[in-house]
Amino acid sequence: MNYRQYLTRPLLDENPITVQVLGLCSALAVSRSLRPALIMAASVFCVLVFSNLAVSLLRGVLPRSIRLILEVTIIASAVIVVDETLKAYAPDISQVLSVFVGLIITNCIVLGRAEAFAMRHGPLESVADAVGNGAAYAGILLLVAAIRETLGSGTLLELPILPTTASGGWYPPNEMMLYAPSAFFIIGLLIWGVAAWRHKANRSPHSELETQPAHLKYQETAG
Amino acid sequence: MSELANIVLRAMFLENLALVFLLGMCTYIAVSKRVATAIGLGIAVIVVQLITVPVNNLIYQHILAPGALAWAGLDTLDLSYLKFVTFIGVIAALVQMLEVAMARFTPVLHQTLGIYLPLLTVNCAILGASLLMVQRSYDFTGSLAYGLGVGLGWALAVVLFAAIRERMRYSDVPVGLQGLGIAFIVTGLLAFGFAGLTGIEF
Repeated sequence: MNYRQYLTRPLLDENPITVQVLGLCSALAVSRSLRPALIMAASVFCVLVFSNLAVSLLRGVLPRSIRLILEVTIIASAVIVVDETLKAYAPDISQVLSVFVGLIITNCIVLGRAEAFAMRHGPLESVADAVGNGAAYAGILLLVAAIRETLGSGTLLELPILPTTASGGWYPPNEMMLYAPSAFFIIGLLIWGVAAWRHKANRSPHSELETQPAHLKYQETAG
Repeated sequence: MSELANIVLRAMFLENLALVFLLGMCTYIAVSKRVATAIGLGIAVIVVQLITVPVNNLIYQHILAPGALAWAGLDTLDLSYLKFVTFIGVIAALVQMLEVAMARFTPVLHQTLGIYLPLLTVNCAILGASLLMVQRSYDFTGSLAYGLGVGLGWALAVVLFAAIRERMRYSDVPVGLQGLGIAFIVTGLLAFGFAGLTGIEF
């Protein structure tokens, strides 16, 4: 498998969120508006690249029996750096994200990639894999956040997109989008869209190799 | 006493970790196909929360908090940035110890709950509860009540969800939405129910 595949496969076919159901918590919780979601996506991206690189470089040295706790320690160290940086340079965003930066440690994508990929591949491949998965996570997170912010408050990155009735425009903001349940609905519908698209693609003569959609395969093992 | 009851009820309903704070979703979605397993997982979460939150509270208050080491002459030392690494280490160690102790003393319980325990180390509801405990600066008894409350709340959410999912086997869901998609929509509706409790004062 070449590097391009490492980069592109996670984006749709093996998307960590919609197909493998990993790393959901933060995708749901910080997606209320786009700006914190951007910072969160960047943080996860940095932690993912660092942890994959570090684990891959150390893979020959880490004793197998205690590898999990060591991987978690590596990830936690990266998260501490990210958290302190945010506190220093973006204190207001750090307030909004509150505990969710710390919770990157338990984001299953990060540990999952370290355990499933970086333990068995070289540093360059691991970084490519981390970039692909980080981008896939960021893509979904930013999409959900953009939908929620636009429909919920009529703005995007605090710039007015849909003029709301409160400020004399025509759009009555859908306040449901500001509450947690809407994130579930949006991700549920996204999964539906991806599954329907794959279903269609699978029936075309070009891709008869795959008999079962990946979301059914992974569903049994996700966790 | 009413203050502690307040913390428990608040953590269970108003600030339910699964449905309001959206924590621990990976395990929540993956281990909720049957009510029996969901109950097992729920009990494991209650036990782990009830132990880890107060233990982390003690460690934070007496070692990591700014100025906590004043008795040793280090009154300007602030180790609170170490809380991530410490908490996750404590959680991993306690979960492991709990598993060993259960295998030794209650083999029957270990057979039913044992498989869920390793899962809980990387469950963000567990780490999240400890971090939220720090953010709200509970004292020791407060953290006991908080641990109990978040554990009960999470267990309640996962058991309710599993019960709905069992019934859903008989419903006619569109092809692409089956399984994962509908699970999210159902969780969303459940979360709506809990959002309705917002504003109630106990």
